[in-house]
Amino acid sequence: MSEMITAPEEMLIDLEEMYQHSCIGETIAALDRDMVGLVPVKTRIREIAALLLVEAARRKLGLQAEPPSLHMSFTGNPGTGKTSVGQRIADMLHRLGYIRRNHVVVVTRDDLVGQYIGHTAPKTKEILKKAMGGVLFIDEAYYLYRPENERDYGQEAIEILLQVMEDKRDDLVVVLAGYKDRMDTFFSSNPGMASRVAHHIDFPDYNAGELFEIAGLMLQKMHYHLASEAELALRDYIALRMQQPRFSNARSIRNALDRARLRQANRLFSQRATKIDRHDVSLITESDIRASRVFQA
Amino acid sequence: MKITQGQFSFLPDLTDAEIKLQVQYALNNGWAVALEFTNDPHPRNSYWAMWGHPMFDLADPAGVMMELDACRKAHADCYIRLLAFDNVKGWESIRMSFIVNRPAQEFGFELIRQEGEGRQIHYTLRSVTTAAIAARQF
Ligand SMILES: Nc1ncnc2c1ncn2[C@@H]1O[C@H](COP(=O)(O)OP(=O)(O)OP(=O)(O)O)[C@@H](O)[C@H]1O
Ligand SMILES: [Mg+2]
Repeated sequence: MSEMITAPEEMLIDLEEMYQHSCIGETIAALDRDMVGLVPVKTRIREIAALLLVEAARRKLGLQAEPPSLHMSFTGNPGTGKTSVGQRIADMLHRLGYIRRNHVVVVTRDDLVGQYIGHTAPKTKEILKKAMGGVLFIDEAYYLYRPENERDYGQEAIEILLQVMEDKRDDLVVVLAGYKDRMDTFFSSNPGMASRVAHHIDFPDYNAGELFEIAGLMLQKMHYHLASEAELALRDYIALRMQQPRFSNARSIRNALDRARLRQANRLFSQRATKIDRHDVSLITESDIRASRVFQA
Repeated sequence: MKITQGQFSFLPDLTDAEIKLQVQYALNNGWAVALEFTNDPHPRNSYWAMWGHPMFDLADPAGVMMELDACRKAHADCYIRLLAFDNVKGWESIRMSFIVNRPAQEFGFELIRQEGEGRQIHYTLRSVTTAAIAARQF
């Protein structure tokens, strides 16, 4: 006798089992672990995961619907984690079977827009083809639109994007990233784009505590650690740096740590007559941090 | 007259789903996929027109299918073939080639006789479509 096939009307769905099977929990846990703060972002990502999981369950039950549109915009100041989250979103969408390939193609205006008539369309299409199956991440998307020049080729790129975002939803997820105010202007002057973007995710600035935690994570990944006085120095550094111009959140922290490593290396090198061990090469001392220009202002 | 050439010529025409799988195979091998079209399907015609550039660095067949759709729209009445080019040193040549579009009506070839010296007959084939196009233009 052939196997009994349950009619979709009577089938029971085990969401928990589907959740475990997709291993999506792993991606979300990694996001929680590796990215400090960003509560609104994480919440939205969990919501999208739930949506896709339920969508898969509905399909199993024979309820057909257009796949949900997942084009997104990421807005936030420099160094708030937009690009990093973009990478993780691709991983999550891939595990949930929404995209076929776990890849992100990151582009800016110059990759899409050409220099002369007839140059833009092939350029944009080339990028679209490369991104297909995965995620296209357009950084500083507002540069595509230059209202001051009515013959700007950016408009052509926008139009091609709009069409693909509509027709090829199964093949491509587009993420538009940039600073909040400029993105808002971009969307208000490109209503077609605004209406195709289903999820607007705002990346808040980090507070001093979060920045310190981010520094800790970065150091841990690079196999360094802070001497206990250096911890206080780093907290002071963060408080001062946040007040200064061109502060760019986590990226400023990364840069500060890179410079501290440089100083540490020079300190060790200048004392090269003494033998050093594993502990010495991974220790960042107070002086490595306090020597920063930020304290001299 | 159904013209066959290239891979799979002994099979019915591939469906789009099958074409996609073949493209995926090419991409997995790191080959660049290209589209070409012509209205002269003569087997000795090696000058098919290129549809855009060969596509390098694609991850997914969707990009190729998008171009194929566009090419079919623009040249529905042409033969279109899909090629995969292997740029690995030593190969540097086409590894796959098959027809992915054919005109609704295929006219095939006409036989041309040429009477040569001593009333000797030389035979040659000519695509009917190219003959018709030539007649229309000149
Ligand atoms: N919440 C976080 N936790 C840990 N590291 C973070 C966090 N946010 C950002 N970073 C780190 O900061 C650096 C900059 O982040 P990212 O490039 O994602 O920022 P961005 O928002 O894309 O910046 P920009 O707008 O300038 O492109 C990266 O090295 C990233 O790993
Ligand atoms: Mg970025």
